[in-house]
Amino acid sequence: MTEFKEVETTELPDSRGHFGAYGGRFVAETLVSALDELDRVYRMLRDDADFQQEFDWDLAHYVGRPSPLYYAERLSQRAGGARIFLKREDLNHTGAHKINNTVGQALLAKHMGKKRIIAETGAGQHGVASATVAARFGMSCHVFMGEEDIRRQSLNVYRMKLLGAEVIPVTSGSRTLKDAMNEAMRDWVTNVDDTFYIIGTAAGPHPYPMLVRDFQCVIGREARMQCLEQAGQLPDALVACVGGGSNAIGLFHPFLEDESVAMYGVEAGGLGLSTGKHAAPLSDGRPGVLHGNRTYLMEDENGQILHTHSVSAGLDYPGVGPEHSWLKDSGRVTYVTADDDEAMVAFHNLTLEEGIMPALESSHAVAYAMQLAGQMRPEQVVVVNLSGRGDKDIHTVAERDGLQM
Amino acid sequence: MSRIENRFAQLKAAGRCGLVPYIVAGDPAPGYTVAMMHALVANGADIIELGVPFSDPMAEGPAIQLGHERALMHGVGLRDVIAMVGEFRETDSVTPVLLMGYTNPIEAMGYSHFANTASVAGIDAVLTVDMPPEELEGFDRILRDHDIDNVLLVSPTTSDERITQIVGLARGFIYFVSLKGVTGAGHLDVEAVAADYQRLRAQTQLPLAVGFGIKDVAAVKAVGAIADAVVVGSALVELMGAIDRDLSATEAVIDIARLVSEMRAGLDTLESAE
Repeated sequence: MTEFKEVETTELPDSRGHFGAYGGRFVAETLVSALDELDRVYRMLRDDADFQQEFDWDLAHYVGRPSPLYYAERLSQRAGGARIFLKREDLNHTGAHKINNTVGQALLAKHMGKKRIIAETGAGQHGVASATVAARFGMSCHVFMGEEDIRRQSLNVYRMKLLGAEVIPVTSGSRTLKDAMNEAMRDWVTNVDDTFYIIGTAAGPHPYPMLVRDFQCVIGREARMQCLEQAGQLPDALVACVGGGSNAIGLFHPFLEDESVAMYGVEAGGLGLSTGKHAAPLSDGRPGVLHGNRTYLMEDENGQILHTHSVSAGLDYPGVGPEHSWLKDSGRVTYVTADDDEAMVAFHNLTLEEGIMPALESSHAVAYAMQLAGQMRPEQVVVVNLSGRGDKDIHTVAERDGLQM
Repeated sequence: MSRIENRFAQLKAAGRCGLVPYIVAGDPAPGYTVAMMHALVANGADIIELGVPFSDPMAEGPAIQLGHERALMHGVGLRDVIAMVGEFRETDSVTPVLLMGYTNPIEAMGYSHFANTASVAGIDAVLTVDMPPEELEGFDRILRDHDIDNVLLVSPTTSDERITQIVGLARGFIYFVSLKGVTGAGHLDVEAVAADYQRLRAQTQLPLAVGFGIKDVAAVKAVGAIADAVVVGSALVELMGAIDRDLSATEAVIDIARLVSEMRAGLDTLESAE
């Protein structure tokens, strides 16, 4: 754990959006000026006390922060080792961590005078969170969603419509999150003058990975204070699921310089890494360029992006935020996987032991955290990011358990 | 003199506007591509722009996306595309060929390996849509070492300051994106193109090709009246999608050859205006 110290990890990215070899801005020329403008405005507002106050006020009174850090005693007993604490992002307004970021980006849109919001969504959580803030700010909202995901997440589709958003089905490619992101980029390049693109994860062209991370860092800042208060110590380990990786980077980043804190990012192992049917680019991919940034990807020998598989739509993405690629190579964060079955078991365990129904995305983190805690000592502390609630997944769970609803 | 320089010099001497048809390599199947390239040349193409199939072609509209998907159904990759150009070069050593594609297939092959192979095959230039000047440095040096031109994009949103930077790096010609949008978009505004074109012309003597949203003979003529060359893609790729697969490659090219030759004839009526 010494190598990463050579560069001040917390100072990244550099001025052009690079985290070491990763990140950057790989977009068509038409979008460069819009990204420059966003970067300029964001850097100005980031250090602006009024803007920060506005953001903090919204997080407190609209999102409902701080979210609790909850000691899951019965789950810990079941794991049989370290004490497991849950960072309850599932209790946020709209039921996931996604709202932290959409509130931040909607404020940016407001300051930039943009009235039209576009977003991509996989599970629908980011789409709902974008539609929510658009409703609140009186902006029009257009959400791109893969046809396959629309089928899997019909409840969220209806929520977005109730919130006044237009949900645009994406029928190209694999009809999931990556294709929705392509389509959102195509819309943005066409409507670049009046449109703000709210990217839902800490990926995409610079400055998105940086600003999404910054908006999500409230998770880690709170968790750090709460853990010191409740457990009287820093956590020994942090665990978060990684699709694009925004909930994970939000939890990890404020702890990066606490060398005693181990960090684990849990990717979607799908049907198992050896089957190739998974969504784990950091565990079983290689660096490449997609959606505006250089990062680990799932790709074939021709550089074509592979279809991914995960029981959770929110992790079903062939890339990952560039900062995670950097943190993997530097060794600061360890990336592991939990497969579909392990996530399902964790879903049931947490529901039965604590009366908390996690999103299937977050269930991946819970699955690994229970394994990890089982190998740790009882005085040690594991903090798990419970990034979202599971209501949206009940149909998927029922279907897998062989039930008709 | 490179093939591209030579071609633009010829066009200039003849007072003609260049015609640059775009097709996706391997669309609708690999067997059609080389025959199609020769047919394009026979019907008036001055430069051929060959799309490299990619799973996530973010800058493309629906017509060209489908072209990429058709080629990918046959597993056509960058190595295959380069081999097709090699085959084309067996009987055509003068028509410049530009590859247009995305960064990832080139990264997957490796910059140096790509540049070596492409240069041997007779590829003249590369346009990497999602690699703006900021990310270009290493790749550009390798292309330069292999005498492959690096064709860069300028768009209506490009500031004068960036234009200075881009024209300093570009080689061969500059590709001016006619509109804010994707390929095949329906909102071409020729007057706006003319204004931006002048902004760009004021900073460079490199040839300027204009593309995106130029779909028919009338649009080709309107843009051709101001540009050094006109790029036509979606209209041709749509016809590729309609090809009856029972036809031989030579029969299959007839509709596309006809459209290209009509566009060429349209451009040639402009000659006197030069």
